[in-house]
Formats: sequence, structure tokens, C-alpha cells
Amino acid sequence: MISIFQNYGSTLLYGLGQTLLCSIIALVFALVIGSGFAILEVVPNKFLRVIARVYIEVFRNIPLLVITMFFYVVIPMYIVEISGFASGTIGLILYSSAFIAETVRSGIQSVDPGQMEGARANGLTFWQAMRYIVLPQAFRYVIPPLGNQFINLVKNSSVLAFVAGFDLMYQGNVIASDSLQSMSTYLCVGVLYLILTLPLSYYMRYLEKKLA
Amino acid sequence: MAMIEFQDVQKYYGDFHALKDINLKIEAGETVVLIGPSGSGKSTLIRTVNGLEPIQEGKLIVNGQDLANKKTDPNRIRKNVGMVFQHFNLYANKTVLENIMLAPRIVLKRPEAENKKFAMQLLDQVGLQSQANKLPAQLSGGQQQRIAIARSLAMKPKCLLFDEPTSALDPEMIDDVLNVMKDIAQDSDMTMLVVTHEMGFAREVANRVIFMDDGQILEDDTSEKFFDGEPSNERARQFLGKIITH
Repeated sequence: MISIFQNYGSTLLYGLGQTLLCSIIALVFALVIGSGFAILEVVPNKFLRVIARVYIEVFRNIPLLVITMFFYVVIPMYIVEISGFASGTIGLILYSSAFIAETVRSGIQSVDPGQMEGARANGLTFWQAMRYIVLPQAFRYVIPPLGNQFINLVKNSSVLAFVAGFDLMYQGNVIASDSLQSMSTYLCVGVLYLILTLPLSYYMRYLEKKLA
Repeated sequence: MAMIEFQDVQKYYGDFHALKDINLKIEAGETVVLIGPSGSGKSTLIRTVNGLEPIQEGKLIVNGQDLANKKTDPNRIRKNVGMVFQHFNLYANKTVLENIMLAPRIVLKRPEAENKKFAMQLLDQVGLQSQANKLPAQLSGGQQQRIAIARSLAMKPKCLLFDEPTSALDPEMIDDVLNVMKDIAQDSDMTMLVVTHEMGFAREVANRVIFMDDGQILEDDTSEKFFDGEPSNERARQFLGKIITH
């Protein structure tokens, strides 16, 4: 393992950097888009609810790899060239946002309906009530399941390996075939993923305690 | 002009006919108590007044605007019509003071200093100034309900709706809440519509008593006639007999 780090350290670090970059971009966008669709799922307007439902069901029920390949292979054929990194990141955003939407929706629905009713009776609009009263409470409930989604997202970024995204998993494959030391290589890769996911997992736990 | 006017109002939940031919006029400044057995439609009726429940037929004019008209924005009515709920519905993520200040700040754009001063004044009125920085969950039910009343008053409404405000409270706390309500009824020109089983309150404070059963208004009397005379409706007499012997 040490020799792998010595010989391929910079390659691994580059892969770690790409994985981290992809994860951060995907996490931010998936959280925003997912929360948006979660809210659309509970608005009074039925048309918007249907749109949200369709989006979530489509991207939640198709494998991440299929979504990613669609952007990597199909879109460039007809529309525009997309790099492996970008197509993997877009795939990851769409896929993860569907799960995050479901998580956030369950949080919104676990807030006592009296909170929304109280706010509406008090003169707030639906959106004001969401923003000031319902969502802050919903996010407190969903921090633990959201943490799971974030960790899954980081691990799922390994889809980049299939589309030449130069992420950690991709570099691992390259190093393994170059060095012929598969076990040490994938152990290294595993350790580097842990370096990303363990702090995330501890941070979510800290948030959960802090807001409880 | 009447503060609240129902004209031939019908309300359905699917096939269930929840409010039948409601005709009712409540003048500004009146205190009206609405009583009846559970499931009689009294909560439904009060919830239509600020548009929390839509009606299917008829006209419902509140503060000069018809809620049955699709163009009417219920929010405009809610600025002038406050509501107090059985389970308080205080904002769980906000302090007591913030509960009172939130709607005036974002709906009425009341300046912060004035907003805070008025909120503290209202807390004083309900006897809870010392609890300003606590969260609702740290207070007793009776205290929470008095905060909820203060929250409604902060909007300076013309009309207040009370949906069984004391039904979820321990007996010892009921009086604290009723006293606050009595003060409002006696010291202001607020229109009040109160769903309650507190007959003492109804007798002492209400101008009128309305008895509902099965989605209909069966009796609409002055409180003197209702309590000291006899309700003309047989069902209302029965109900009153049962409730008073307790």
C-alpha cells in the first residue's frame, strides 16, 4: 500500500480531487434541485405536483449509469459535446436530486399540518409559511436521512470511472492495471473514499446534535 | 355593514354535506358563541370564515369581500381576521416573541421597533412578558394558548375566530385563557366568533348563541333567551340539558 502511495501518489491525489470536486458540485445542485421538487410535491397546484412526481419517479428508478451514459454518449451525438466529468456530474445531480426530493418531502410532511395552518391563518402566504415555518422544521427532521443521501452521493461519484472522468475510482483502475497490485491499489482507493465520507458522516451527526 | 355574512352556504367534503343552507349575519363588535355536538359542523363553519375551508355554494362575505368569489385573495381577509386554534399551532421553531412579531413584520411590514414594542405590550396583556424568549414547547398549554391569542392580536384584526380554544387544556388553565378572551370582548370592538363548550363563558360574554347540529343552524338566540328562557329547538334543549348538568 505504501509503495502505491509512493509511486502513484500524485495520480491518486488528482483522482481524489476530481471526486471531491464532482461531489461538491453534485451535492450543492442536488440539494437545491431536490428541495425544489420536494416543495413542488406539496404545493396546492396539482399540475406542479404531477411534474415533480414524474421527475422524481423517472430519475429515481433509472440506474445512475444509464443516466450518465445518456449524457456521455447520446447527447454528444445529437446536440453538444460533453466531457466525461460533466456527464457523470450531471447524471449524479439528476439521480441524487430525486432521492433528496423524496427525503425532504417526507420531512415536510412530518411537520405538523397545524404549523402551516397557523401561519396561513396569521396572514402568511403559502410560500412565506414554507420559508419561515415549515422548511426550517422539516430540515431538522431530515438531517439524518439527508446525511445518508450525501454519503451515497460521494460513493456514487465513482460512476465517473465509466466515462473517463479521472476520478478516484478511474485512477484506481489505471493504477491497478499498471502496477499489477490490485489489492493494495483498491485498498488505497477505499481508504481515500473513507477520508471523504467519514468527516461528512461526522459532520452530519454533529449538525443533528446541534439542531436537536 | 355585517362583519360576516353567510348566504345560503353549502359545504361538501366529497359526498358528505358538511354545511347545509347556512344563513347567518354577524355584526361588527358582536361576540357570538357557536355550540353543538361534535361533528355538527361548527368547526367547519368557523374555518370557512377565513378561507381555511372553501365553500361550494352560496356567498360568504367577510369584511366586505366574498370568499366564494375565486378572485378574492383569502390572504387579504386573513389580515383582518385572526384565528385561535384548539392546539395553538404556535411556530415550534420560533421564540414566543418571534411568534408574535413574524406576521406583522412580513405581512404588514411594521417597523421593527414598533413591532417589538407592541408585541411586548401584548405579552403584558396576556400576562406572559417574562416568557418572551422561550420556545413554545417550554410553556404550558394555557400559556401557549394565551401566546396564540397575542399572536392573532398583533395583526390588529377586526375579527377573531376561536376554534375550541380551551378544549385541549387542563381545567386549571382554562380560566386564564377565558379571562383573556373576556377582556378582549369587553374592552375592544372586536368581532368574536367562538366555538366552545364553556357555557359559563357563553352566558357571561356572548351576545348571541348559535346551536348547530348535523351541518345546520338550529337555533340562533340572544344568550339571555338561550340560557334563561328555553331554546325553541328540541335538540338544542336536550344538548343544553346535558351540558349544564355536568
